[in-house]
Amino acid sequence: MTGDPPAGDAMTAASVAEICVAACAQAWRGDGAILASPMGLIPSLGARLARLTFAPQLLVTDGEAMLIAPAGSDGPGGPASPPGGERDDVTEGWLPYRDVLRLVAAGRRHMMMGAAQLDRYGNQNISCIGDWAHPKAQLLGVRGAPGNTVNHPVSYWIPRHSRRVFVGRVDLVCGIGYDRAAALPGRGAAFHELRLVITDKAVLDFATPDHRMRLRSVHPGVSVSQVQDLTGFELAAARQVPVTPVPGPRELALIRERLDPAGLRERELA
Amino acid sequence: MAAPDQVMTPDKVMTPDDVAGELRSGMTVGIGGWGSRRKPMALVRAILRSAVTDLTVVSFGGPDVGLLIAAGRVRRVVCGFVSLDTIALEPHFRRGRQAGTVELTELDEGMLHWGLLAAAHRLPFLPIRAGLGSDVLTVNPQLRTVRSPYADAEELVAVPALALDAALVHMNRADPGGNGQYLGPDPYFDDLFCLAAERAFVSCERIVPTGSLLSEGPPQSLLLNRAMVTGVAETPLGAHFTSCVPDYGRDEEFQRRYAATAARPEAWQRFRAEYLDGDEASYQLAVRRSRAEQPAVPA
Repeated sequence: MTGDPPAGDAMTAASVAEICVAACAQAWRGDGAILASPMGLIPSLGARLARLTFAPQLLVTDGEAMLIAPAGSDGPGGPASPPGGERDDVTEGWLPYRDVLRLVAAGRRHMMMGAAQLDRYGNQNISCIGDWAHPKAQLLGVRGAPGNTVNHPVSYWIPRHSRRVFVGRVDLVCGIGYDRAAALPGRGAAFHELRLVITDKAVLDFATPDHRMRLRSVHPGVSVSQVQDLTGFELAAARQVPVTPVPGPRELALIRERLDPAGLRERELA
Repeated sequence: MAAPDQVMTPDKVMTPDDVAGELRSGMTVGIGGWGSRRKPMALVRAILRSAVTDLTVVSFGGPDVGLLIAAGRVRRVVCGFVSLDTIALEPHFRRGRQAGTVELTELDEGMLHWGLLAAAHRLPFLPIRAGLGSDVLTVNPQLRTVRSPYADAEELVAVPALALDAALVHMNRADPGGNGQYLGPDPYFDDLFCLAAERAFVSCERIVPTGSLLSEGPPQSLLLNRAMVTGVAETPLGAHFTSCVPDYGRDEEFQRRYAATAARPEAWQRFRAEYLDGDEASYQLAVRRSRAEQPAVPA
């Protein structure tokens, strides 16, 4: 940590990692008092940025069993501390894994997961690469992805946009996509929602008639054809694809001075 | 002869090797904790010293699963993941899966929770939404769905009870009768593992007199009561190298060394000879010795 927060106009331009933090934060816009569960550092910074700015009701954890709030807040939904104010978090609640699973079932959660593979309808794989019976590479396992995707909103964070991740067909469906959800009988898919996919190149969503993945915005300096080239299936896109919003001086100051003064966010994209 | 006013107190104290001696090859064993957190590692090490093999292990998996696989004691793992937390992928689990030496029942975390809850409540199954539409149903053809008998007629996954022959969990404190206390931030699912099991064995950092339990922590920290517990073993540093806060954190350096043993069979053999071939006391001594040999890192 060094000295006073720089004035807005003296600040250096936002890095790709910082643009990604701000883009991740947007995933939780409008969610109200639900648990934000980010996997990875940049999504965590995004959730906490949202909590400090436009989404003060969000619940966030310390990565283990404690719900933490910015010091100086008047409790959930209270005003957030001003930038440059008290930097320590306080504990506002307790959320052991058994209660995380209850919030999942109750739908009071929006998780941002990673993906080893993701297809055009948002089917996600984090379990293994190759045939499940004889995997070429065993990864984590399905974890909570099947339950998360049928119970509450899910977004994805992909630190390296590539054809290895964005594939025509995933090897094992862990988190279910829109085609699988549509095929469920009755109310099976009542709570299924894939919100955003944020990568180091772009923001994607599923706002198309049949919920195929759509290019929502490209990060500054990235072209539409570049993103398409890095994607193993055809992306829906408007004629004019907007540029991902760049975080403003207040967001940048919060990211740099308060949330991640050590600059670890840059390593997640290295 | 006992004085007339002397109260009989239950005594379930055993050694880790006694616990391993109660297990049989082919059993289904549930292991408490989560990832690389508060795992009953001293009991796992005791299994490695025994002849017990061909186990089905039910776990929110960490190095408990990895060690048992590396030693060739596991036929099947029932889990939603196996991870060392700070090292995302458990290397021995990976090796076992990629070499095809271990079978897998892969479930969503919520399904695993529900299977234990069903067994704890002596129900054949519990309905859950998790799994619908996913390949968990494809790779587990034994799983069935169930239709709600009410007006909604909703179709849900029927998670079968995960009945256990034995449960192994690690607590911060326990009394000789089997009342178990956790002092860290998360009970994980240790109480459910115990209730889902025919017999439950608890290791702990320290056995304290019953009357001292509440000076260690609040009433809510008394996670296990003795109706749920068959035996208790005092194993200081018994969760090593996983975390057991507030008594100690994870031994990251040791965990890295453990993870590296998956690289080559010789590396595993060396690790095994250095740490695992003796008893628990010699394990703890070897850990202390290896720590002393490392040059101190200036702060």
